[in-house]
Amino acid sequence: MRALVPRVLAGLVRRGEDFDAAEDALQEALLEALRVWPDHPPRDPRAWLQTVATRRLVDARRSEAARQRREEATEAEPRAGGPTSEEGDDTLFLLFCCCHPDLAPASQVALTLRAVGGLTTREIADAFYVPEATMAQRISRAKRALAGPPARRLDQPGDLAVVLRVLYLIYTTAHIGPHTGPPAQDLAAEAIRLARQLTLATEEPEARGLLALMLLNHARLPARLDSEGRIVTLDRQDRGLWDTREIAEGVRVLQSALAMQTEDRRPGRYQVEAAIAALHDDAASAEETDWPQILAWYDDLVALTDDPVRQDPAAVLGRAVAVGHVLGAAAGLRETDRLRDVLGERHKWHAVRGHLHELSGDLPAAATAYADAAGRATNIAERDHLVRQAARARAGSHGATTIRGR
Amino acid sequence: MPKYLLLKHYRGGPEPHRPVPPIDQWAPEDVEAHVAFQHHVSKLLEENGEYVDARALTPARTWVRYGGPDAAPVTTDGPHPETSDLVAGWWMIDVESHERAVELAAYVSSEPGPGGKPLYEWIDVREIMWEASSDD
Repeated sequence: MRALVPRVLAGLVRRGEDFDAAEDALQEALLEALRVWPDHPPRDPRAWLQTVATRRLVDARRSEAARQRREEATEAEPRAGGPTSEEGDDTLFLLFCCCHPDLAPASQVALTLRAVGGLTTREIADAFYVPEATMAQRISRAKRALAGPPARRLDQPGDLAVVLRVLYLIYTTAHIGPHTGPPAQDLAAEAIRLARQLTLATEEPEARGLLALMLLNHARLPARLDSEGRIVTLDRQDRGLWDTREIAEGVRVLQSALAMQTEDRRPGRYQVEAAIAALHDDAASAEETDWPQILAWYDDLVALTDDPVRQDPAAVLGRAVAVGHVLGAAAGLRETDRLRDVLGERHKWHAVRGHLHELSGDLPAAATAYADAAGRATNIAERDHLVRQAARARAGSHGATTIRGR
Repeated sequence: MPKYLLLKHYRGGPEPHRPVPPIDQWAPEDVEAHVAFQHHVSKLLEENGEYVDARALTPARTWVRYGGPDAAPVTTDGPHPETSDLVAGWWMIDVESHERAVELAAYVSSEPGPGGKPLYEWIDVREIMWEASSDD
């Protein structure tokens, strides 16, 4: 049923209905469907939803504006079973509405999940750990901001970039959220579903790059935490748990995106990040990781922004790790030295230093860096992981000292 | 039923019963046991029907005050006296009585420390106040 939401909603908005009112009416229609369908399944669910939502809209308009004597001609018969080729267009159209550049990112995310994803306000509130009333308010404020004739400044170049960012935000929220329970994982799947729909609606290679990136990272999810909920780093993951079907699909999608590049149309950031993820996924063991190629992609990634240290800290830190693996830990540490002024207060900077110190065999320095990272972490699972890393490095260094002492 | 916060601190409170180094300097197996115990407490409270919420705070602290008309907020993030209280996190519980809250706090304080022996950490037990109607 949720798959029908964007199509029905887009149909209503395209017909000239107010986004806010149309979305409310559709929510009511969905509730009624839950009640009625089990006993009376409709022959054409989409037409049913469209008719009931339209009736709700008309009711709302009647009660609110009887004085206006508005025409009720909109109570049109539903067009029986719309052509499926419109499906992609509808999704794209709605994503542009929900990811309107005037909206704050939190509103874009909430509205996208509700209007395109078909999640309830309660589900979205749970996923972001805010009270339902807060999320309801955020959504209704966002919808009010979109009131009025739609598509006024939509379909501008750059709008798609916002859509991609919003979908990626939904995906990453699922992984770094304050809790790692079921709602967060559902969000990741939801982001992938939406990205897949988007690739059906646009030829833009970055949309495919984003889908590939999500798939290639999501494939490792089953190995990312152990049975106790502890973080397992990439080099220690049981690669047998990785989802090979997702990896295969991700690689295929990425290749189709990269095939579209030309001299003056280089791969964008999602394609580059997907390429890095693909190289990790491709290694049968951590030792077989193709670090030189990964470093080359990181060079491309860093070159995409004017001031990568400030604009893309994750990229420069990831690159420092790659440098450490290709040119040696000392070279990687020198890279991080250059980043200290700007990034030295971030937990990730200290975590990368810990990793590089460990790589160089300097366990006491690694322990200190991991402890500094733990003190700055904002995620409990990550904090606990960094404390463990610190304790392990310290224990290892004691062991080494003992051996040397003999 | 009254609700309580069982507060854990990074620092502050009465003289430690058992002074210990920071957790990142413990033996790895002691870290594991300690973290596992925290999860166990949450699960236990849930099973008892006493759990409301559990949160952890980062140690970074910024004090903020109104800067006056047309002035930016005044902030300070240190230095703070080493003796000032710094809350690390809490469990919020919904229990029969104050006695039950104390009993649970003592259990929390029995968490394993270095060498797997109890930490005897001081837990700050605070009752949560309610808005007018509490006759539910």
